Amino acid sequence: MGAMIEVRNVSKAFGGVQANQDVSMDVTEGGITGLIGPNGSGKTTLFNSIVGYHPIDGGSIRFEGQEISKFRVPQIARLGMLRTFQQTRIYGNMNCVKNMLISVPHRSMGFLEIFGDHSTQELEKAEHLLEFVGLYGKRKLMAGDLSFGQQKLLEFAMALMNDPKVLLLDEPTAGINPTLINGLIDRLKRANEEFGITLFVIEHNMRVIMNLAEHIYCLAHGEMLAEGTPETIRNDQRVIDAYLGAH
Amino acid sequence: MTGNWKSPALYAAILAFGVAAPFLFPGYTTQIAILWMMILFALTWDIAGGQMGYNSLGNIFFFGAGMYLSAVIQVGMFTDVGTYTSARGGEQLVLGYGDYFVSVFAGMAVAAVGCVLFAIVIGWVMFGLRGPYFAIGTLGIALSARELASTWEWIGGGSGIAMPVYPGLPDEKSQVSYIILFVLAILTFLSVRWLYTTRFGLAINAIRDDEEKAEAMGVHTTRYKIIAWSVSAFFLGMSGAVFGNMTGFVEPMEVAFPTVTFGIFMVVMSLLGGKGTLWGPVIGATVFHIIKEVTWTYMLGWQWVALGVLIIVNVVFFQQGIMGWAQDKWPEFFGIEVEEASAAGDEEAA
Ligand SMILES: Nc1ncnc2c1ncn2[C@@H]1O[C@H](COP(=O)(O)OP(=O)(O)OP(=O)(O)O)[C@@H](O)[C@H]1O
Ligand SMILES: [Mg+2]
Repeated sequence: MGAMIEVRNVSKAFGGVQANQDVSMDVTEGGITGLIGPNGSGKTTLFNSIVGYHPIDGGSIRFEGQEISKFRVPQIARLGMLRTFQQTRIYGNMNCVKNMLISVPHRSMGFLEIFGDHSTQELEKAEHLLEFVGLYGKRKLMAGDLSFGQQKLLEFAMALMNDPKVLLLDEPTAGINPTLINGLIDRLKRANEEFGITLFVIEHNMRVIMNLAEHIYCLAHGEMLAEGTPETIRNDQRVIDAYLGAH
Repeated sequence: MTGNWKSPALYAAILAFGVAAPFLFPGYTTQIAILWMMILFALTWDIAGGQMGYNSLGNIFFFGAGMYLSAVIQVGMFTDVGTYTSARGGEQLVLGYGDYFVSVFAGMAVAAVGCVLFAIVIGWVMFGLRGPYFAIGTLGIALSARELASTWEWIGGGSGIAMPVYPGLPDEKSQVSYIILFVLAILTFLSVRWLYTTRFGLAINAIRDDEEKAEAMGVHTTRYKIIAWSVSAFFLGMSGAVFGNMTGFVEPMEVAFPTVTFGIFMVVMSLLGGKGTLWGPVIGATVFHIIKEVTWTYMLGWQWVALGVLIIVNVVFFQQGIMGWAQDKWPEFFGIEVEEASAAGDEEAA
């Protein structure tokens, strides 16, 4: 299994704040890669750099071998790399089914298809995925009326609707009722195994990421501090110090 | 979404009114013709403004541009435009029925296509702007077009350009204009009604709710934004062509680019009726037009104050507009689900 995303020596500063410094890492194709680090260590910034949300100051980012560090967000999304937002973003004034239907892949959307209606298969897929995340009963509700946790699940379902090759999830369990977290971990794993989607997950909850990821990177102060299996990371003194020092 | 609003009875009633109105109220043919144009204005404004969340203050540009395009085409078909305009109305085109109607329809066609091209080119630049910058940017387009038209001698500059003279009697001319505007309003309505059911409709709603999210999901946002504006431009351009012929005289300030009247009315009518809904602009335009005509008749001198008060009450106390208010009050009637009717059981309330 090769690297689907290769990040090499990427740096990004905001004014005086060096959010990422010389960061290098790989996201393994077909796997689940984790990214941890204390608050403000630059995790979201790295996501943003990868998906083209802002230009990077230096370094290289490759997706399936292609240099993408100059591409813009929609372009990268259409290559099959999708991200969810830490602050959860859905289309609040549309119902859940419509949120799903507009999330179909746009890679091959021809000009005339713009003026077509959705197909029955698309509707079935939308409903199936809403069922998958446990929102089928709410499918006709306005997405903005859902609870924060439900919106998070909807955002995840929308991402799946898009058939991405790789999905970057920014703290998928934040704000979710603790009793439901196990269910969500299970769904993430199924998305990875059954739908074959490579996952790259930022997670604050140590228990979650240890459970989920095969390989974990740890950022601290914008620099890559450590990497390895959950076991190595758990026992890495620098990681323990970074977390203790941050709290 | 439920039966009632889509019921054929409603459409039949509107159609019947539209057909019968010139016979029932012959003295008001022109006013009702303008009502159809107002409906077209509000519907086309709402595509970008209500459904897509891009509040343009410059849509009147397409109205004026369409008017000038048709004027130049209609005159140019029969004589040299420069010579004609330099005569400053000293010479007017008198045509037979055949030539006249050919020229009008050619003018409308060129106005429609030309305005779509304008929408594509200008939209390319304008849709890089967001929120108030887009609003002011588009307003700037309308104002500069007005200035440009006032100084461009070839199209008559500030003194304008006289349209070909209608070959028949004035009453007949009002009826013809009425028919064309009525048909245009119907076509506009049917087009947007259909468009809102397609992927295009979903996409522009998504752009309204969260454009950044739509980009992150790979939606071709620029393409959708330009298509949305092009649809508006297409119908506004034709309405401008018709209005120019109806007035008989095209000049930049009051007729072609009336930015603070028609240009602002478009926005107000959509807001009043309820932006982002299919029927809101229709209802808003109708209510607004009636109020406007009534105040113009009975409150002369105070009509602008009355309209100003209406606008203030609308934006301060009644932002959701008539349709928005109705949808909040009777959601079932419009097929909107607000809360679970029954606990579905399989849900995980997070
Ligand atoms: N757009 C921005 N403008 C200025 N500073 C920013 C911006 N985005 C991030 N930063 C700064 O960069 C640093 C890294 O932020 P980032 O959001 O990447 O951290 P994080 O690891 O995702 O934190 P958290 O766990 O709280 O989500 C922080 O100091 C933050 O204040
Ligand atoms: Mg973050």
